[in-house]
Amino acid sequence: MQQQFVRPATDRELANVLADASANRTPVEVMGAGSKRAIGRPSQAAVSLTTTSLAGISLFEPTELVISARTGTPLARVEAQLASHGQMLAFEPVDLGPVLGIEPGHTTIGAVLATNLSGARRVASGAVRDHALGIKAVSGAGQAFTSGGRVMKNVTGVDLTRGLSGSWGTLAVLTEVTFKVMPIPEETGTLFLLGLPDSIAVEALCAAMGTPFEVSGAIHLQEGLSARLWHAGMRSAQKAVTALRIENFSRSVAYRKQRLKETLKPFGDVHELDHASSLAFWDELRQLSVLQRSDAPLWRISTAPRSGPKVVAAIGRYMPCSALYDWSGGLIWVEVLPAADAGAADVRRLVATHGGHATLIRAEPAVRAAVDVFQPLEPGLSLISREIKAVMDPAGILNPGRMYANV
Amino acid sequence: MSLVVQPQPDKRILARRDAIVADLVRLLGSDVVIADADGRRAFETDGLTAYRAMPLAVILPRSTEEVSKALRYCHENTVKVVARGAGTSLCGGALPSEDAIVIGVSRMNRVIEVDYENRIARLETGITNLGITAAVQPHGFFYAPDPSSQLACTLAGNIAMNSGGAHCLKYGVTTNNVLGVKMVLIDGTIIDIGGAYLDQPGYDLLALVVGSEGQFGIVTEATVRILRSAEAARPMLIGFASSEAAGQCVSAIIASGIIPVAIEFMDKPAIEVCEAFAKAGYPLNVEALLIVEVEGSAEEISELLGRIVAIARAHNPMVVRVSESEAQSAAIWKGRKSAFGAIGRISDYYCMDGTIPLGRLPDVLVSIGRICKEHGLKVANIFHAGDGNLHPLVLYNANNPDEVAKAEHCGAEILKLCVEVGGCLTGEHGVGVEKRDLMPVQFTPAELGLQMRIKTVFDPKWLLNPAKVFPLDGREAATAG
Repeated sequence: MQQQFVRPATDRELANVLADASANRTPVEVMGAGSKRAIGRPSQAAVSLTTTSLAGISLFEPTELVISARTGTPLARVEAQLASHGQMLAFEPVDLGPVLGIEPGHTTIGAVLATNLSGARRVASGAVRDHALGIKAVSGAGQAFTSGGRVMKNVTGVDLTRGLSGSWGTLAVLTEVTFKVMPIPEETGTLFLLGLPDSIAVEALCAAMGTPFEVSGAIHLQEGLSARLWHAGMRSAQKAVTALRIENFSRSVAYRKQRLKETLKPFGDVHELDHASSLAFWDELRQLSVLQRSDAPLWRISTAPRSGPKVVAAIGRYMPCSALYDWSGGLIWVEVLPAADAGAADVRRLVATHGGHATLIRAEPAVRAAVDVFQPLEPGLSLISREIKAVMDPAGILNPGRMYANV
Repeated sequence: MSLVVQPQPDKRILARRDAIVADLVRLLGSDVVIADADGRRAFETDGLTAYRAMPLAVILPRSTEEVSKALRYCHENTVKVVARGAGTSLCGGALPSEDAIVIGVSRMNRVIEVDYENRIARLETGITNLGITAAVQPHGFFYAPDPSSQLACTLAGNIAMNSGGAHCLKYGVTTNNVLGVKMVLIDGTIIDIGGAYLDQPGYDLLALVVGSEGQFGIVTEATVRILRSAEAARPMLIGFASSEAAGQCVSAIIASGIIPVAIEFMDKPAIEVCEAFAKAGYPLNVEALLIVEVEGSAEEISELLGRIVAIARAHNPMVVRVSESEAQSAAIWKGRKSAFGAIGRISDYYCMDGTIPLGRLPDVLVSIGRICKEHGLKVANIFHAGDGNLHPLVLYNANNPDEVAKAEHCGAEILKLCVEVGGCLTGEHGVGVEKRDLMPVQFTPAELGLQMRIKTVFDPKWLLNPAKVFPLDGREAATAG
């Protein structure tokens, strides 16, 4: 099929495109820069719409901790602007491009909210959606609307700002997003342990999260994956790596590391990374370094932290797999051996046993066409979701079928 | 008596009252249904006492299943429903209607499960906000959102209004701390959204439900994040000769990279009343006072306070005083948290709740003063400075109908001003009945139409919390197509 690319440069242009498509019931593939195009059920849209011409930072008030940007603005540009004032997006958005075979740094700020994929700091600082303050968007019917605004506390009306988070372009096309930002910590420290089995590692991570020391990253890498780390020191240990991040002003980081070492002592020898090394380590995790350069199916599983190792052990009984635990065990990236269904039936059944949900992040198009990529919803939630889709996108033209066959 | 006019009750429902009560008693038992006038009168208003109405009947269910039975009955018989927590809403969010049944969740207040390793608590939503923290405090944990009414207000009400509090600059508001809910839909269907994990599959329905003001369903259980308490916390007071200087100091603190756990602001009238009430040691000679609180170990606290003092010194403070004891800290917070009550002792007041961009603070305060003066009313300003959430308290005499009308006009002008400068109508109290007719100031008809159509997804007959949130005009047009 001949694909037509459209790059509207204004909200009005976008509204016209969508109103036309809606009138003609023409399916539209919606994307930012397209780095996550390979996630979801393969789409058949004749028109591909990108937000990349909706670019630029429209508001930045460092003293009010707020930034607004047109949704096609590269995430890297937003982060550079913030960094020039010592600030950051605290939810540490993940860059999934590299695990999907795309160069790092292609994500747009709009896609960050549209996919709600938060990084390691989510455990301490909240998710993408928790920092979203407002949006401008155009509905599937071509109607422009706003929600929220630029202020930090706002309970006026239905919360469509967060309501559109994680909707993967199926409800509306975002044209501007406003986020709460936070100061970049003065110092970053890392404590790590080597060679822990998963269940003990997650016990250690949860113990650390239960202290008052504001741990802002809590991950565990199985031995097979730690061998793929870029960080030479950790890679050369050839053992599973369990790591914690501590961020604050320097004296506080020193104090908190000391106190956390006491907490972690029963679990084994505690090692440290210095500031520069810590930044590099957490940065490579942000683009899932250990899951790149592989075509194997990749699952993203969300569960209660202490259930994480049980889920992984159960999956391991059915298929060879390797796991990277984030969010102190509550978020697991699991790579499995290629199979016709990417192990979907087993993975979903086993996740359900422990409570949680699974998304197939990487798989061949044929597999993604054959299995549910996003977690199938309970009937009650599925019905509400379909009806919300009908409100926001009455003709069903936005990324049809990308998340669910009927949405 | 008041500006916002509620629709006339449906006479057909009023005429069927005895039959409806009899049905509900048959369905749920007489100990769940309150039908007598004295019993119902306790529910006729909420924290916005200027409005009142006797509910058709009140139901206090003991379980999700009973809520489901009641809602299914109401749906099948087209009876409207007002959900109620503790009735502390300041915007009339729990105001009854004469043709509607009140369903209160106060009996459903159990702690179902606390899981310290996974750092979550599962609760029935009739539990009070402070009750959650009380349940986990022995293990050193707390539940973060802390509205001033936390002693009385319920988790159900917090979820309905997406409540905030003084400490949300660091810890976020209700929507940032709720991971899952069990909700009963108007047709009696029970659904679970989210759970014991940090994100949910599919659309972010939790975001739509939290803050939906009882328009979408009744939440009977919730899973919330609990956090380990900081080792210690200590507030300090910084007094200024002008609110402008105070505002600049707040901006400078934030620009320096310090996020205090709370930054509260009071103007002179508020300081005087609170000091008289709480004897907190607030300076009486300043025009504006900041309460800034930081957390951590003793050493971390002193370093942070030292940095803040240094920043404050550059803004010509009249007073800089760090709390030196637990007792002093408690008194400082007692003054702030009892501010509404303290002012209530000297005058009736109308509490506003707009949010503004912090940079507009000085001129907005001047304008608020001017608006109140034009109406011949006094105002005391108290607010969460870190996040720009204003609480101007417009003082008036509730026994003087003329002053009541002036106070409401004055409040409406203040909220319009908040929207004009780039803020919003309500930061944490909700729209309810109070700001319903102001919604067009912030939203276009198309935007309201979109929100109303989402309401219709959850409540096709529009039976839940009637005549609130959305302006009465244009409802039919908006939801027809």
